[in-house]
Amino acid sequence: MPSLKVLSKKEDLLSSGHRLCPGCGASIIVRQALLASEKPVVVACATGCLEVATTIYPFTAWKTPFIHNAFENAASTLSGVEAAYCSLKKQGKIDKEINFIAFGGDGGTYDIGIQALSGAMERGHNFLYICYDNEAYMNTGIQRSSASPRGAATTTSPVGKAAPEGKQEYRKDLTQIMVAHNSPYVAQASPGYYNDLMKKVEKALSIEGPTFIDVLSPCPRGWRYDASRTIEIAKLAVLTGFWPLYEVENGKYRITYKPKKKRKPFKEWLKSQGRFKHLLKEENKEIVEQLEKRTMEKEKALYALAGEEFL
Amino acid sequence: MGRIVGLTGDETAAEVMRQINPDVLAAYPITPQTETVQRFSEFVADGKVSTEMVRVESEQSAMSACIGAAAAGARAMTATSANGLALMWEIVYIAASCRLPIAMVVVNRALSGPINIHCDHSDSMGARDSGWIQIYSENCQEIYDNLIQAVRIGENREVLLPVMVTFDGFIISHCTERLELLEDKKVRDFVGEYKNSYPLLNVDNPITYGPLDLFDYYFEHKRQQIEAMEKVPQVIQRVGEEFEKLSGRTYSLMEEYKTEDADFILVAAGSTAGTVKTAIEELREEGIKAGLLKIRVFRPFPVAKICQVLKKAKAVAVLDRSASFGAQGGPIFLEVRSALFGEERKLPVINYIYGLGGRDISIEQIKGVYRNLQKIADTGKVKKLVDCIGLRE
Repeated sequence: MPSLKVLSKKEDLLSSGHRLCPGCGASIIVRQALLASEKPVVVACATGCLEVATTIYPFTAWKTPFIHNAFENAASTLSGVEAAYCSLKKQGKIDKEINFIAFGGDGGTYDIGIQALSGAMERGHNFLYICYDNEAYMNTGIQRSSASPRGAATTTSPVGKAAPEGKQEYRKDLTQIMVAHNSPYVAQASPGYYNDLMKKVEKALSIEGPTFIDVLSPCPRGWRYDASRTIEIAKLAVLTGFWPLYEVENGKYRITYKPKKKRKPFKEWLKSQGRFKHLLKEENKEIVEQLEKRTMEKEKALYALAGEEFL
Repeated sequence: MGRIVGLTGDETAAEVMRQINPDVLAAYPITPQTETVQRFSEFVADGKVSTEMVRVESEQSAMSACIGAAAAGARAMTATSANGLALMWEIVYIAASCRLPIAMVVVNRALSGPINIHCDHSDSMGARDSGWIQIYSENCQEIYDNLIQAVRIGENREVLLPVMVTFDGFIISHCTERLELLEDKKVRDFVGEYKNSYPLLNVDNPITYGPLDLFDYYFEHKRQQIEAMEKVPQVIQRVGEEFEKLSGRTYSLMEEYKTEDADFILVAAGSTAGTVKTAIEELREEGIKAGLLKIRVFRPFPVAKICQVLKKAKAVAVLDRSASFGAQGGPIFLEVRSALFGEERKLPVINYIYGLGGRDISIEQIKGVYRNLQKIADTGKVKKLVDCIGLRE
């Protein structure tokens, strides 16, 4: 990966002036990802915050070819783009080397778009799918998705007398589902660790076939924290074990960042965001213990898969 | 001269797709379209086309991939039926609004529920407001000819709209008919190369496809779609004339069969038109001046031409192979009757819903329709505006 000095001079393909919220994780992730591509990039995007805030006609923030089709079909739309590229290349009608990246939020990826994504992964198109995972339907007003963690308060899993914990179900582990597709490269990343994220994008783009990176995307509005703290929160997710950074290359697991000395108590993760505020009440003590236990077990299992000792 | 062959409707669609040799074909299997895709897969496997075939996991993804491919700068095609078309619904509209000239074969089949695999037009008729050009085919020869022309019509610079070419499930899709094929080269020269002026793959001139378009521009973009549709009839006419030079077969917005002197005209689309023609022959022997107006292009609906043909008749019956629940009649009837509203002479127009879920329609039943028109002309009274044919009471 080029040095920060070099990268700072590289043109941003997502220009400023878009209408994403201050502190939005998505735009940070997109800029980091696009900076990591040496070749020109064609982007497909699912309906969601990223799309609606960057392409309000007659404006566009994208300085690279961009296509938005619908909510659930970024993967199949990009399948068509990539198939067209292969066809035209085969016929000698295009010779440029191009990278293809799809961006989708967790709603468009974990939920409504999972079929299209699964199909595209199985068919083996040569593209990278990046999920900017802010753990709820933020664009429509913070409704729960299958990526929302257990215990999060959202507008469709609100905290109430009959539901003191907010969302009652554990989140779907999409990264593992993608691993099960035998993709040559699957990873989990966080914009808090830009070098890790960019290296992963760089690696994914260098590998032939369908690759997938799930990037945790802190959302100040939905997670209820001050917009200035996005990177801090993105780091905290990793340091508390909530969002381990790892990659699976041809089935081989590797932990790409080990918190070790910096490891923080899981409760700090909950304390950092308003969406978990209710969990800190005495009556939810047991739930917090369960969440903590499960997080640790999941991380331990991951370390075991990577053949690493969990400290 | 071309080759004379015997092919089913599905095989015909596959054969013409082979000749067109699209850059991308994305499709998902559904009865009765399946054999089109199967046969095309064989062409791909045998290296007879340079097409990249995307074997998608749903029709929703088929249309999504077609949009991606066409935006990228490729000629893209797909094929589907009934529930498949319904599943891609959302994306069907997006294809038209992105002004991407995708060609889609729709093998007409009844929409669920209840589930049924046989022919009616509820699938494509439901998509009549999606912004696609719709061309209905009577037989295998028309499937062949219509698909070749569809590519040119949709890709015309003035038009840039997707085109549906439909034919009747099982009745045509699985029936072997004689047809004449043109030489591969002639077809390829006729369709030419697809040139997207703003291909997504042109990384030197980045384009944003599918932006958010709110109240300050959406309306104007819809107006552009309406205007593009208005240009379609002339383009269809021109492409038809050019195709006639190539094939010797004449095509326009509709087909008239013995309408010049007809007192009684039936309006129909699809394979039933063939049955109507036989009924006409028999009725003419009895001295009844029967005629047929066959709908070829349903979208855009050729209002002026239709009025011109129908206004001389004593009475008209419209056959609809789909119902429009809660409306005054079937979709073709609504269009025809509305078109004739501007005429000075009030012409009796009645509607028959028939053939839902693949129910057969016979020559005798069609003759019965003409006899009813005779009665209406004689008495000046319409007993029933909308009726059904072949319905068990």
